[in-house]
Amino acid sequence: MNDLDDFRQQTRYWLDENCPAEMRTPATQNDYFFGGKKASYRSDSQGHWFNLMLDRGWLAPSWPEAYGGGGLSQPQADVLNQEMESLGSRPPLVGMGLWMIGPVLLELGNDVQKNQHLPGIARGEIFWCQGFSEPGAGSDLASLACKADVDGDHLVINGSKIWSSMADQADWMFCLVRTHSGESKHHGITFVLVDLATKGITVEPIRLINGSAEFCETFFDDVRVPIANVVGEINEGWAVAKRMLFFERLAMGNIEKSFSSPKPNPSSLARHYLPFDNGKIANAELRTRITRNHMRSKAVELTMQRVQEAFVAGLPEASQVMSILKYVTTEEEKRKLALTLDIMGQQGLGWEGEQFEGIERQALRDWLLGYGLTIAGGTSEIQLNIIAKRTLALPQ
Amino acid sequence: MTLIYNEEQRLLQSTAKDFFLENAPVSALRHLRDTKDAKGYSDELWQQIAALGWASIIVPEKYGGLEFGFPGLAAVLEVSGHCLTASPLQATAVIGASALILGGNDHQKSQLLPKIAAGELTVALALEECFHHHPSHIALSAEREGVCFRLNGEKRFVLDGHSADQLIVVARSSAGTSDEHGLSLVLVDANAAGVNRERTFVADSRNVATIRFNNTAIQSSQLLGELDQGWLLLEPVLDRARIALAVEMLGSAFEVFERTIGYLKEREQFGVKIGSFQSLQHRVSILYTELELTRSVVMHALNAVEKNPIQLPQFASLAKASANEVATLVAEEAVQLHGGIGVTDELDIGLFLKRIRVASQLWGDTGYHYDRYATVCGINLSEGP
Repeated sequence: MNDLDDFRQQTRYWLDENCPAEMRTPATQNDYFFGGKKASYRSDSQGHWFNLMLDRGWLAPSWPEAYGGGGLSQPQADVLNQEMESLGSRPPLVGMGLWMIGPVLLELGNDVQKNQHLPGIARGEIFWCQGFSEPGAGSDLASLACKADVDGDHLVINGSKIWSSMADQADWMFCLVRTHSGESKHHGITFVLVDLATKGITVEPIRLINGSAEFCETFFDDVRVPIANVVGEINEGWAVAKRMLFFERLAMGNIEKSFSSPKPNPSSLARHYLPFDNGKIANAELRTRITRNHMRSKAVELTMQRVQEAFVAGLPEASQVMSILKYVTTEEEKRKLALTLDIMGQQGLGWEGEQFEGIERQALRDWLLGYGLTIAGGTSEIQLNIIAKRTLALPQ
Repeated sequence: MTLIYNEEQRLLQSTAKDFFLENAPVSALRHLRDTKDAKGYSDELWQQIAALGWASIIVPEKYGGLEFGFPGLAAVLEVSGHCLTASPLQATAVIGASALILGGNDHQKSQLLPKIAAGELTVALALEECFHHHPSHIALSAEREGVCFRLNGEKRFVLDGHSADQLIVVARSSAGTSDEHGLSLVLVDANAAGVNRERTFVADSRNVATIRFNNTAIQSSQLLGELDQGWLLLEPVLDRARIALAVEMLGSAFEVFERTIGYLKEREQFGVKIGSFQSLQHRVSILYTELELTRSVVMHALNAVEKNPIQLPQFASLAKASANEVATLVAEEAVQLHGGIGVTDELDIGLFLKRIRVASQLWGDTGYHYDRYATVCGINLSEGP
């Protein structure tokens, strides 16, 4: 038996001994612990699980121990992940600190920044949010205009940031600001870390069509931030942001695993909500869409596997096919959410109240939130531009 | 799971690509069409293909075959789709060989498979009787007469029917016309007494035939598989045919797509390449996403042929339905994106459009496979599985 097998066995044993039963059940986004100064545990077992993992450094298992991590090798961290997954245990801590800004600082931060910020993330003490988009800079992110002027050893920020997830709960924000306006939009952008407790910052939640208010707009009014908080060089933040997008894509799998609450599949819903005639769903249009959804879900799943296989085999097919994934997964999910409601019929229209089942009310909210899928993180139209230019090499 | 060709299969595909581009490009099909070639494919080409071993890729070595597996055959078929090559690959190398491998007795295998491998025998499956693919709807009768049977009835849309040496006829030996039970597959010499073949000219300039059977005598030794149990053999053979055709269609669809992308990069209007227009970019990007989704399900199906027979009906229907949809979409968009020359006979795009229309009907149209998929996946079940 090699060391990794040894580690796997010990880990499996430890997890099974220690992970509370409640933390092994499927969860929705609200059931996760994001950490931070304003956080509280939703249950005793959530707190217990968090603290057990914290003691082992396994909130950030692959980070160096010096920064509060577990010091595991990547293969060991993968084993831990696999074992947690096969046990069904929830990650004890989630969020952009672990998934996005942490990896960026490990790679591009200076020693002072690493020592200042990484332990807080690895121990779940600081909750981070993202400040990239602006009211005037959505798809054209590089045209961002939130301004930062150098004043001695500080930047003075004026402007606003939008679509920051849970900014009203967060302690710090990593942001892109404009420090120089010249010919190139990409030059002159600076990547900076901002303590949201700084004077002059106002955070306003935005109410969405599904009734939630998870996303926020943040206003900056003469906010003074030390230049020491700039990651990389002033005016060269675009490169840092691109690196972060790489980590974001890596984390996408985790994010989806953690946040997609288990949803009933359309064909099993059909048995409950739809009349059958002669051994088939009587509504021919819905029957076709349910079949089509089943087929396309399979096609998307197989395509993700094919990308993996092509990647391992070192084929160019991997990166080409990868370029379609954001577009196809989000468009397909959006169609599935609408299909789910169509299957429920009038029973899928309930906003609140006991006349409707929890899954019905949830399906309605999910359908509405789903419209954001093909907008956030690069709209479908931007994805199609990328495919046309990078994969198909069509002219500008 | 395997969703990409392995190194050996990629090598074979690359050899096949050179071969087909050299010996059977799209212009070869155009020539066969314009000369109303009697056979509908080049016999010389078929002999070359057999000499390369590609007529017998799935045939076991002991019967003179390559025994290189279904994915290997698929790698070649995909290239033939790029070139619109007319050949007995589908009817003989896929369907004929599969029927014999899966259903033949030792005698039949050792008699016929080596001949297929040598390029000496071509086969055609005589199945269809309706306007739409409906493999259980068989009225052509096989009635017992002493120790032999008599075939009476008519088959339509028989692929390679007018040129094949050997026919595999799906006949009704008992039960009612639409019953899956009571079907029998029989091997019939295409030149036997009581077999009347008539070539049909269809949109893709390939070969189909109408075949009439008039008291055709059959010995029980000509039965392929069990009497009355033909459905159990026919279904896996048809699933191989569906998957093989889906692979060929995928090749054709990618070819049409690549030609269209090439045109967008070269054609100028308003002083710029038309490929710089965003409305056109979005249309071809969508085609690309659909093509890649389809490649995944097709690769999945062809790798399941020999490894996962239980789920083959599901995977085959998924592959054929997807290939039908995407190939049709790509061909139609290709005509539009080529503009005026897209509707001329001079441009090859029209040949692809026509082949794809025929291939979409063969072995089940989109609706047929949606319905079959829904049934085998349990979507059509009103009670949970």
